Amino acid sequence: MASLTMYPDNERLAGGERAVFNLYLISAVALFVLMMLLGLTMRMTQATWLGLPPDMFYKFLSMHGAGMVGTAVMATTAVMWFFLRKYVRLHLWAFVTNYVLFLLGALCIIYAVFVGGYAGLWTFLYPLPTHSAGLWTPNAAALFMVGYLLIGVGELIFYLDAAAGIIKVYGNLGRALGLPWLFGGKLDPDHPKTVVASTSMIIANSLGILAGAVVLVMSLINIFYPQVALDALFTKTLIYWFGHMYINAAIYMGVIAIYELLPRYTHKPYPLSRVFLWGWAATTLFVIIVFPHHLLMDYAEPHWFLIMGQIVSWTSGLPVVVVTAMGAFTNLYRANMRWTMPSRLLVLSLFGWIAGGFGAVLDSTIQINLVMHNTQWVPGHFHFYLLLGVLAMALAVMYHVIGSHVNQPPNTGLDRVGFPVYLVGGLIFVVSFLDAGHLSVPRRMAEHLPAWTGTDKLASVGAILVVLAMLYFALRISVGLLRRPASGGAAASRGGVGAADAAG
Amino acid sequence: MILQNVVWTVWLIGAALIALGFIFVIVQAGKPADAGAGEKSVHTSHVLQGWLFAVLLVAFFVGSWATLHRFPLPPQHRPLDAAQVVEVVGRQWSWQITPATVQNNSVVEFRVTSDDVNHGFAIYAPDGRIVTQTQAMPGYTNKLLYRFEQPGTYTVQCLEYCGLGHAPMKTTLEVVAAKGE
Ligand code: HEM
Ligand SMILES: [Cu+2]
Repeated sequence: MASLTMYPDNERLAGGERAVFNLYLISAVALFVLMMLLGLTMRMTQATWLGLPPDMFYKFLSMHGAGMVGTAVMATTAVMWFFLRKYVRLHLWAFVTNYVLFLLGALCIIYAVFVGGYAGLWTFLYPLPTHSAGLWTPNAAALFMVGYLLIGVGELIFYLDAAAGIIKVYGNLGRALGLPWLFGGKLDPDHPKTVVASTSMIIANSLGILAGAVVLVMSLINIFYPQVALDALFTKTLIYWFGHMYINAAIYMGVIAIYELLPRYTHKPYPLSRVFLWGWAATTLFVIIVFPHHLLMDYAEPHWFLIMGQIVSWTSGLPVVVVTAMGAFTNLYRANMRWTMPSRLLVLSLFGWIAGGFGAVLDSTIQINLVMHNTQWVPGHFHFYLLLGVLAMALAVMYHVIGSHVNQPPNTGLDRVGFPVYLVGGLIFVVSFLDAGHLSVPRRMAEHLPAWTGTDKLASVGAILVVLAMLYFALRISVGLLRRPASGGAAASRGGVGAADAAG
Repeated sequence: MILQNVVWTVWLIGAALIALGFIFVIVQAGKPADAGAGEKSVHTSHVLQGWLFAVLLVAFFVGSWATLHRFPLPPQHRPLDAAQVVEVVGRQWSWQITPATVQNNSVVEFRVTSDDVNHGFAIYAPDGRIVTQTQAMPGYTNKLLYRFEQPGTYTVQCLEYCGLGHAPMKTTLEVVAAKGE
């Protein structure tokens, strides 16, 4: 069966496509390492092992937040592009434009933070950007926002091109999502899951980016014309609509990796089902309206809005667990699994997503949010599904791709050491955050009380392990991507499954 | 019963169950089934999927009812008639709390707002746990009701990043025994 070929011909990269894809991935791993080093410095400062001054701490925090979110979406955009281009025509110029705008935006943000001194965090909550108490200028805040706009526009261009490609093949986005099959009709078993997930995120994240563009432009106007005052609650609502959507898109674009790659490693087909389509239809809706859980402590919001935040947060876990986890479990169960780096990372990513997501669902309960909001429970649950979920998804694809040169999934001795270091370090790091939340340690603080440093120290040890493993992964992947592709790839790829068997 | 401990325990149990599920599947993943057994396991997993969905759905309804049937936040648009009222204003980087002493065992209404940027008004009990919180947002007054159950010195800590002086932005709130206690 074609979909079980380890390295199918229509995924081979050549020429410009290969160069751009490599640029995306190498930039992504380099940025991940750099941002992790900032994170480690912050965590060790909280642990009192390092002495970053508070102004630097908050600059690092702003850079780390914006940098990680931006890079996670950039990396998973490359994942979506890599698989979606097999089914619909994607223009390379759109993919390139997104990359160029991302880089320009990133430069703006880096300049705003490290030269302009911007430390208003990735959420730029109004009116903090213009109330720095002398720490940064309004211009630095404006540059930071322009950076966001550039990155958002780039992503939007990529989505529009993808939407056009999808509509050309499937007629409209609803059909691409599989909506006509929800209530009956004969399911087309070859309808790609990648198209379903991509369409879902094109719809949802484009809306999120538009909300972001509106609030960014409003904030920019306010910076240059302070007499145009904004409403703090409305601004915050839009910011979280955008921010929540944007980082969630990283997860839902990343999960394409599981749908595409898992069956190749289990050597078992992973068929499309009606439940799957229901799951994604629900996800598309939920992910757009779930963001009020960030505003539960804003009592001034209409209370129906907060209730919706809790209820949708709880239900949005259902399609994930029931559809993707059960689907993947079924695919794994009694399979002919060969454990190599990509398959290990794929299974880890599913675990990170679900276990972290459970922490998120708990905190979206209003009663619980009353005592957990803005504690380190929050970075606890999201690092769980970002570090052990999204990053693992992206790394799985990268590892998979570097194996294409030899038609064999990577699995060296060092890889086999790096993986458990990442896993154990990551678990220590995220569980310490959660424990800190349980102990009421606030998030986003440069200075911690002596009573709080226990979890800080434990987390720092975990983070050191993660950084070491990631440094190795980044080098390994960069070198692997730059290696010349094997000649005669087409012939060898047809024997892909066999080659993988031999590799085990 | 401290809510944070309950949440922590629930998460640990949930995460352990999820981990067990993964371990089970990972162990089974390397034991290929023949065609017949494979078909049977696909069927079993569909049945399990249905059950999982049903269980989660029930958990959703029970949990939502349990946590929402008495809505945890006070109404914001009508008088609350609390026995004690405390006005709270946050500003970069201090709290103005009047009065800063309240009585135990009777409901306190906190009217929380901000003079400049967003702040977070969180009350820490003497043992270091958050007991309740709300946002302090410029242009809005959030009304928070809380009944203290233990006298002592509580700490008000800013919980929304508000610039350089965010971490040290805290003050104390005295909770004294009610008359006749
Ligand atoms: C070794 C890996 C990492 C370390 C050591 C690290 C460290 C940190 C620290 C110390 C904080 C601040 C916590 C606090 O509020 O007290 C933080 C926040 C954050 N991290 Fe990480 N992190 C890592 C990986 C990641 C990854 C992989 C992502 C996303 C893909 C990420 C995204 C974020 C975001 C969005 C924030 C919130 C920033 C804010 O509060 O404004 N981090 N991280
Ligand atoms: Cu603050």
